[in-house]
Amino acid sequence: MSDSPRTAVSNPPTQPMVSNLGPADLIRRSATEDLPPPQRQLTPVAKLIDVSKCIGCKACQSACVEWNDTTPAVGENVGVYTNPHDLTENMFTLMRFTEWVNPSTDNLEWLIRKDGCMHCADPGCLKACPAPGAIVQYTNGIVDFIHENCIGCGYCVKGCPFNIPRISKADHRAYKCTLCSDRVAVGQGPACAKACPTQAIVFGTKEDMTRHAEGRIADLKSRGYANAGLYDPPGVGGTHVMYVLHHNDKPHIYADLPDNPRISPVVQTWKGLTKYVGLAAMGFMAAGSLIHGVFARPNRVSKEDEESAEKLVETTIGQPVPEASSSNGERG
Amino acid sequence: MTNSWTDIRNTDLVVVMGGNAAEAHPCGFKWVTEAKAHRGAKLIVVDPRYTRTASVSDFYAPIRQGTDIAFLLGVIKYCIDNDKVQWEYTKAFTNASYIVKEGFGYSDGLFTGYDEEKRDYNRTTWDYEIGEDGFAVTDPTLQHPRCVWNLLKQHVAVYTPEMVERICGTPRDKFLRVAQMISECSSPTKTMTSMYALGWTQHSHGAQNIRAMAMLQLILGNIGVRGGGMNALRGHSNIQGLTDIGLMSHLLTGYLNMPTEQETDFEIYMRSRQFRPLRPGQTSYWQNYRKFMVSFQKAMWGDAATAENQWGYEFLPKLDVPAYDVLRMFELMGAGRVNGYFCQGFNPMLAFPNRGKITASLSKLKFLVTMDPLETETARFWENHGEYNEVDTRSIQTEVFQLPTTCFAEEEGSLTNSGRWLQWHWAGGSPPGEAKHDTWIMAQIFLRMRELYRKEGGAFPDPILNLSWNYHDPNEPEPEELAKEINGRALTDLSDPADPSRVQVAAGKQLLNFSQLRDDGSTMCGVWIYSGCWNEAGNNMARRGTEDPDGTGAYLNWSFAWPLNRRTLYNRASADLQGRPWDPSRKLLEWDGTKWTGYDVPDIAPTARPDQVMPFIMNQEGVSRLFTRGMLRDGPFPAHMEPFESPVPNVMNPRMRGNPVARVFQSDLSQFGNADEFPFAATSYRLTEHFHYWTKHNRVNAALQPEFFVEISEELAALRQVVNGGWVRVWSKRGSVKAKAVVTKRIRPLNCDGRVVHVVGIPLHWGFVGAAKKGFGPNSLSPFVGDANIETPEYKAFLVNLEPTTAPGVQS
Amino acid sequence: MVERIQPGDAIHPGKPVTVDRYGVAARVNHWITAASLILLALSGLALFDPSLFFLTALFGGGQNTRAFHPWIGVVLFVSFFVFFFQLWRANLPASVDWVWLTRLKDVVTGHEENLPEFGKYNAGQKVIFWSMAFLILVLIATGLMIWEQYFAPYTSIPTRRIAVLAHAISAVLIICVFILHVYAAIWTRGTLRAMTRGSVTGGWAWRHHRKWLRELVGQRKIGPAE
Repeated sequence: MSDSPRTAVSNPPTQPMVSNLGPADLIRRSATEDLPPPQRQLTPVAKLIDVSKCIGCKACQSACVEWNDTTPAVGENVGVYTNPHDLTENMFTLMRFTEWVNPSTDNLEWLIRKDGCMHCADPGCLKACPAPGAIVQYTNGIVDFIHENCIGCGYCVKGCPFNIPRISKADHRAYKCTLCSDRVAVGQGPACAKACPTQAIVFGTKEDMTRHAEGRIADLKSRGYANAGLYDPPGVGGTHVMYVLHHNDKPHIYADLPDNPRISPVVQTWKGLTKYVGLAAMGFMAAGSLIHGVFARPNRVSKEDEESAEKLVETTIGQPVPEASSSNGERG
Repeated sequence: MTNSWTDIRNTDLVVVMGGNAAEAHPCGFKWVTEAKAHRGAKLIVVDPRYTRTASVSDFYAPIRQGTDIAFLLGVIKYCIDNDKVQWEYTKAFTNASYIVKEGFGYSDGLFTGYDEEKRDYNRTTWDYEIGEDGFAVTDPTLQHPRCVWNLLKQHVAVYTPEMVERICGTPRDKFLRVAQMISECSSPTKTMTSMYALGWTQHSHGAQNIRAMAMLQLILGNIGVRGGGMNALRGHSNIQGLTDIGLMSHLLTGYLNMPTEQETDFEIYMRSRQFRPLRPGQTSYWQNYRKFMVSFQKAMWGDAATAENQWGYEFLPKLDVPAYDVLRMFELMGAGRVNGYFCQGFNPMLAFPNRGKITASLSKLKFLVTMDPLETETARFWENHGEYNEVDTRSIQTEVFQLPTTCFAEEEGSLTNSGRWLQWHWAGGSPPGEAKHDTWIMAQIFLRMRELYRKEGGAFPDPILNLSWNYHDPNEPEPEELAKEINGRALTDLSDPADPSRVQVAAGKQLLNFSQLRDDGSTMCGVWIYSGCWNEAGNNMARRGTEDPDGTGAYLNWSFAWPLNRRTLYNRASADLQGRPWDPSRKLLEWDGTKWTGYDVPDIAPTARPDQVMPFIMNQEGVSRLFTRGMLRDGPFPAHMEPFESPVPNVMNPRMRGNPVARVFQSDLSQFGNADEFPFAATSYRLTEHFHYWTKHNRVNAALQPEFFVEISEELAALRQVVNGGWVRVWSKRGSVKAKAVVTKRIRPLNCDGRVVHVVGIPLHWGFVGAAKKGFGPNSLSPFVGDANIETPEYKAFLVNLEPTTAPGVQS
Repeated sequence: MVERIQPGDAIHPGKPVTVDRYGVAARVNHWITAASLILLALSGLALFDPSLFFLTALFGGGQNTRAFHPWIGVVLFVSFFVFFFQLWRANLPASVDWVWLTRLKDVVTGHEENLPEFGKYNAGQKVIFWSMAFLILVLIATGLMIWEQYFAPYTSIPTRRIAVLAHAISAVLIICVFILHVYAAIWTRGTLRAMTRGSVTGGWAWRHHRKWLRELVGQRKIGPAE
C-alpha cells in the first residue's frame, strides 16, 4: 500500500492499484463517537490554488465534470463569466470572477478564484452531520461524503463555513468536491490539478505545498504585491485546499472568501451545549415524573368527590336555568 | 512561430498583443507562467479589453483595435530615440545598411507609386540600389540618407507618444511604460517574446501588424535567440499544417507557389524563382526551389512526370487571379459563377464575414457537400430557425450532402502545432455510425471521378488520370503511406555528390531529409519542408523523448519539427559575428572554430563561417528585412492604416478608408458603415470555454459558457440604458444580432483624437445547432473585406450600433 | 371574565355522574396531534444525537426519517391548530390561575382541597396549552426554513443556522412539556378517559374542575341518557 501521492502531474500507473483510503484510515466519522484509531497515518495532502497563476480557463471545472460524471445544466448568461452561477450538486468546483479596482493603484484586477470544498482540518460539515458515516475525514486530511450514508438533511450546509455542500434534488444526498479521494487513493492527484494548464492548481503533501507557496509569495512580493500570502485559515484548523492570494490581507475581495472562517458559534451551540443540556432536560423531566409517580400518591378521585358531584347535579336539576341558554346535548 | 512553445519559458518579457494567449491558448500559456515563475519574466498585455491574459499580467495598456501599427512604430521610435537598439545585431543581421532606390517616399499615409484607380502600388521604387557587381549597395556606417535605417528613423518620427495616444487611445503614461519595458530587451542578455494571433491577422492590414513587431524584435536583437521570436499562436491544432501543406489556393506544398496563367511553362515559372544572393557569399536557400518543385511534381504524377513534359507542369492549375480565397469564392458564388462547393471541416455560415452574403451565396449553389464530424450551420443553412436563421426554405434549391467524418481523436496521423512540431497521434476511439475518415471519402470521390474521366474523357482529364495513387488500398490511403510520401524517397539510386562512386540513397529508400532532393526527377517529395519526418530511421513524428540537455527547452527528441527538426528558426542569430552567444547563459549555438555546435539544429550550413554567412538564409540578402522591398502589397514599412470601418478618420490622411490597396468587391462598397450611423467600435474573439463552433455541441462546454453575449463598458451601458444580463440588439450595415449584455469594467471607453470611442466585444461561439443556447456570431456583422496580402477577413475592427431589446422571438 | 361553556360539554346524571368533556372530533384531533408529536420526537431525536440515530430504523432508515419528519410536522401543525381554535378561549388566563401557580406544592402533592375551584382548565393545563401552541409555531417556522427539499433557498445560511438551533431548543422544550402533560394525565387518575371515552366522572370534575362542573350544572347542560 502506498502513501499519499506527491504530485498531480504523474501519469496513471498501468498496474492495478489498491486503494489506500479505506475505513481503517479514518480520523473522523460523522455521528460516530467510538471510532477506532486509524491503523496508519498517511502523509497529509493539500491542493494549492495559486490565484495569481490562474487564467480562469475553467479546465478544472471541465475535468471535474468529466471525472465525476456529473451533468451540470446548460444555463443562461446573466451578465457574468461565472458559469454555472453557483456550485451545484453537479458542479463541485466553480471559477468565481470578480472585477476589482485596486484603490491603491486605481488599476482593475480581475480576480478569479476556484471555489470548492476547502477540506478543513476541523470540518464544520462533519460536525453538523447527524448520519453516522455520511461524512468522513481520512488521515491524509481529505473530507469526503459517503453518499450511501447521507440522509439529505442539509445540516452539512449549515455546518460549512464556506457554503460548499449542495443537496441534490434528485437523490437527496449532499455533494461537494471529494479532492478526488478516489484518485488520490491510488496515487493520482485531483482531476482539476491534472487538467490545469498553468499549474495554478498543484497538489502534493501539505508540507510541500506550503513550501511551494512560499516561493510563489516571494515572487508576488517582488512584483509589488506586498500583502501576498497563503490562505490556510487557522479558524478551521487549517485547510487541505489552500490559496495563494495576491491580497491575503483581504480575502473577501475574492468573491467573498471568508476573512476568518470558523465553524459558526450557532452551529457550535447547536451541536454542543444544546445537545447536552437538551438531553439532560428531557431526561430530568422523564426521571422527575417517574420519581413523582413512584413516591407521590396518585391523585385519585375519592368516593366523596363522586357523591358531591351527584348531589350537586341532583339538587340543581329541575330548577330553571338562570340564563336563557340551552344545550341541545349534541355529542361527537 | 520562429521559436517553440517550450522555448517561451526562456524569456524575460512576454508581450501579448494581437492575441489573448491565456484565453485562446491556455495550454501553451503554461510556458508564460513558467517563465514568470522561474525566470521572473514580466508579462505585458496590450488589448482593447482587459482579457484573461491581462488578469495575470504585470502591466496592461488599452489600445483601440486596428491601431497596433501606430503603437509599435511608436515603440520603435522610442527605442531609436533612447538608444535602446541592439546595435551589433541590427547592423550585422538586418538590412539597416542597405541603400534604397532614389524616388522612394511616404506622404499623406501613402507610399510612392499609388494608383487609386487600381487600388494598388507601383512598387518599383521599393527596392535596393543594385551596384554594378549585381549586389545590393550598403552603407555599414548607416550615414547614407537613403539607407534603410535612416528611412526607418524618418518613417517612425511622426509616432510620438502624443501621436500614439491620439491614434490608439492608449494613455501616454501607459504607452511610455510599455515602451520602456520593451526597450530594456535591447540588451543582448535580455529577450522578449511576441505572442500574437488573430488579433493581428484579422485586419485589412494584418500582415503589416506583424511586420511592425518583427521589425521591433529585430532592432532589439530578439530573433533567433532563446526566449525571443515572433510567435504566431495558431487557432487550430493543425492550422500550421494547413498552410505548410499548401491548402491555400495560391500555394502548393511547403510554400511553393501555384503558377499563374502568365507562367505558361516551367522555365518561365522558374525564371522569377532563381533567388540569386543579393550580397556576396550568402546562402539564399530558395536557390534550391527547382529541386523542391520537381520532387513535388514527381510526388503528384510519378512516372507521368517526365523531363519531356516539364515534370507535368501542364497538369498544374494556373491562377488567373492572385488567389481564390474564401472571400472571392463566395463573391463568385453570389454572382452565380460557382455550381458546387465542398466544405471539408469548415463552417462558413459562421466563419466567413457578412453572413447574409454567405447565406445568399450558398442559396445559389446547385449542390453543397459538407464533410464534418459535427452538425454545422452551413449544412443547415436552408433551415429556418426563426430569428436565428430567418430563411425562406422553399426558395432555396441547393442540394446538400452531409458526409459525416471522423474527428481527430478517431484518426491516426500528425498535427503540426504552432511551433512547427509534427506530432503523431493515434486513434483513441472508433468512429460512430456512418462516419468515415476524410481520406476514405476523398479516395472514393477521386476513384469515381477518375473512372468517369477514363470512360467519358473531358476537357483535360490528364491531371486526374495521371495522378499518382499507389496505395496498398486505393480505397483508403493509410496515414503512414501518406506521411512517407510527404517525406519523399529516392526513385532511382542517388549517387553521393561528394563521391559519385558511392550510392547515397538506394532506389525506393526514404530520403533522410530535403538536402537529398534532386531536380532531375530522381527523387519525389510531397512537402519538402516536412522531409525528414519519416525517413529510414522511422516515424520521427512519433518520437516522445523528453531529454532536454541543460534545460534549454529544445526537446530535440520529441516529435519532429520542420525544417530538419530545427526548434528555433534563424538560430544562428543567437551568436555574434564571432560565433559567440549574445547571452552565454542562454546559448543556443556556438562556433567552435570549424563548425556550429549547440543545442539546436543550426539554421545555417554547419561549416558556414560566422563572419561571412549571415543567418537569414531564406532571404537573398542573408539578413533580415526592416525594409521589405516590394514583397508586401501595402508598403515596405508598416504605416498606420485605419480599419475599413473606423470610429475616427485616419490622422495621416482623412480621405483614406482602410487599407488603400486591400481588395474590395464592387458589391461590398455600399456595405461599409460610417461612424455617424454606427458609432461603436466592435471586435470579435474567442472564449476559453469553447473551441470555435465545435464545442457548443458538447454539454460540458455548453454549461461552462452557455449563451451568446456581447461585452460593453459600464459607460456604454449607461449611455444606452443597458442592464447587465439584459438583451441587446447589435447591428451593423450588414446585419443584426441579439445578445445578452455583459457589462464590465474590463472594457473602458477610449479617448482617440478627442473623441470617446466605445468598444463592443463580440465572442464567436454560438449558432443555431448544438447543445448550447441558440445564438449568433459576429460574422453576421463584420465586413466582407480582407487583408491586402492574404485576404484574412477583417473581424477585429468594425462598426456597430447597439440598443436594449427583448429576447429573440419575443415582439419588442 | 365568564368562561363560555364549550359546545358538547354536558352532564349525564346518574351514579356516578358522567360529564362529557371532549367530542369525537376533538379526541381524534388530539390523538392525531399526539401521534404526530411522538413520531416527530422520535424522528427528531434520531437526528438530534448520534446515540439516538438508531431510531431512524422505525421510519425505514435515515433518508425516510429525513423525508417524513417535516411532513409529520405539517400534520401536527394543522391538527394542533384545529384543536387550538376549539380550546383557546377556555385556556384564556383567569385570576384564579395565579393561585394555582403560587400553590404548586399543593398541586404536586394532590392537596386540591387547599386550592380554589377551577374552570375547564387549570393554570397548569393552560401553561401546557400555550407552551405547545407557541413551540409548535416556532417549530413549524424554523422547520420550514431548514426543510432542505423545498425551502432552503429562501433564507440565508446564517438564518438557517439560527433556525436549526431554535428548532432544536424548541423541540427539547416541547418534549419536556409533552412529558409533563402525559405524566399529569396519568398521575391524575381518571383523566385519560376524557381522551378515550370523551367523558369524566362527576367526581373527577368535582375534584379538579369544580367551577366547570358548577357552570355546566348551573346552565342545565344535560346530555341524553346513554
